[in-house]
Amino acid sequence: MTVKRTTRAAPRRRSVILIAGCVPAGLIVALALVSFFWLPYPLDDTSGGRLSPPGASHLLGTDKLGRDLLSQVMIGARIALESGAGAVAIGGVLGVATGLAAGFANRWVDDTFSALLDVLIAFPTLLLAMLVVAAQSASLGSAIVAIGLAMTAVVARLTRILVKRVLAQDYITAARTSGTSWPRVITGHVLPNIWPTLVVNLALQFGLAVLAEASLSFLGLGAPPPNASWGRMLQEAQATVSTAPYGAVAPGVLLVALVVGVNLIADGLRDTLDPTRRRSS
Amino acid sequence: MSLLDVTGLSVVTDSGRALVSDLSFTVEQGGRLGLIGESGSGKSLTALAVMGLLPPGLTASGSVVLDAPGLGRTEMVGAAESRLRPLRGRGAGVVFQEPLTALDPLMRVGRQIAEPLRRHRGLRGAELRRAVAAAIDRVQLPEPDRIARAFPHEISGGQRQRVALAMALAAEPALLIADEPTTALDVTVQAEVLGLLGELIAEKDMALLFVSHDLAVVSGVTDELVVLKDGRAVESGRTADLLHAPRQPYTRSLVESARTFENALERITR
Repeated sequence: MTVKRTTRAAPRRRSVILIAGCVPAGLIVALALVSFFWLPYPLDDTSGGRLSPPGASHLLGTDKLGRDLLSQVMIGARIALESGAGAVAIGGVLGVATGLAAGFANRWVDDTFSALLDVLIAFPTLLLAMLVVAAQSASLGSAIVAIGLAMTAVVARLTRILVKRVLAQDYITAARTSGTSWPRVITGHVLPNIWPTLVVNLALQFGLAVLAEASLSFLGLGAPPPNASWGRMLQEAQATVSTAPYGAVAPGVLLVALVVGVNLIADGLRDTLDPTRRRSS
Repeated sequence: MSLLDVTGLSVVTDSGRALVSDLSFTVEQGGRLGLIGESGSGKSLTALAVMGLLPPGLTASGSVVLDAPGLGRTEMVGAAESRLRPLRGRGAGVVFQEPLTALDPLMRVGRQIAEPLRRHRGLRGAELRRAVAAAIDRVQLPEPDRIARAFPHEISGGQRQRVALAMALAAEPALLIADEPTTALDVTVQAEVLGLLGELIAEKDMALLFVSHDLAVVSGVTDELVVLKDGRAVESGRTADLLHAPRQPYTRSLVESARTFENALERITR
């Protein structure tokens, strides 16, 4: 009887974490979606008066050029989500593919690959981004590519370790003794077993990518004006933060909310994706 | 002609250390052979070498010929993966020591049993589901439907080993290799699983290669024994003969320690 009760209670507790993460993240997704159809003011509308506090006509106030902060923050939400999703797509696909290959490679190839990854991971994302920007130009696209490439190294290293660990398991040998082919072992046993850890990690990487894009934009290496990245908004509000803090508060709060939301989702996923944890937690 | 003919089998590490040296034995059709030795004596490696599944860094030499009915004679040492794959599961199946790690923790038990059935017998859909239920029923597990839907961690250790046995037997191999299949189980469950193993083997006239360190267990299920020490066969012969008149000092010490243990038990229970 008690067993039944705990198995019922556990999923409810987990979904609380998942929902707690989905609320802020969902709100930001909604802001970004609305921005495609409607903005309170166009981004180049400077009619609001400089640095006006939040009020009826400008819900979040205006910046030093008199532009509406809510409109900028909505466009910023779009950019934050795009950079997170874009970087995770690049880092996820390249990282999992190379990590999987390295996990199966012979010792010599594997050692070379690991050494290469260690160098790449030691390489600062900002420096990599500056190189990519220097080779192309400062744009959201090059920022996403840079973040995605930096992420590739981290994801590849994780995938490689996970693959190695799974391949050493008895159930892989057991599957092979019953005549299962390698492709089938990979799709049937290796990927399902590394998937939960990978998904959780990619969700965390999404949050890190959003932060990285904000940092790059703060330094002027991200999306150029008038695209309002949260990082660039923070940078513009920096000079007036003591007299008119509103310009920094809105993007700052949203940035934290998105990253916390995504991390909570990652935590919630960790428990729901792993059936062996379903009982114990 | 024998089903499995192992001649001069050696397993060597990359650094040149010999883990199994010049081992020879044969298993006849329907025969039951035990490989006995302490841990590290190379008995599990021998089982893997027979399947052509040595872990990376180990090389087998010598000859392992598997002559399963309907599958032809195959030299397993050095054979290509594509040649070996059809034989694995159908020529010979393996049950491992630790059923918890030998089952994929994230795959429902039914799907794991279905895999060899699908592969070797080409079953699909409802037919496959029926075959899975029959395979679970054959290893005397209750409620086949519930077991098929369960994850490995949701059933008991004895049930897991029965599932592993069902997996190994699914494609009806000519030879069953059992690598310490009862060591991880407690004693009463051990006896049940051994009994079941014996029944299934006899029922299908399957051959058995039983690997164990436990003389009492091995002597109950095998007709012939090979005693391994440090990768070498020190003695071999009919199980009954070896137990009653061991010729080699090592075999004698194994028999004596098993006797001492049994006597100690009897003294306690008396």
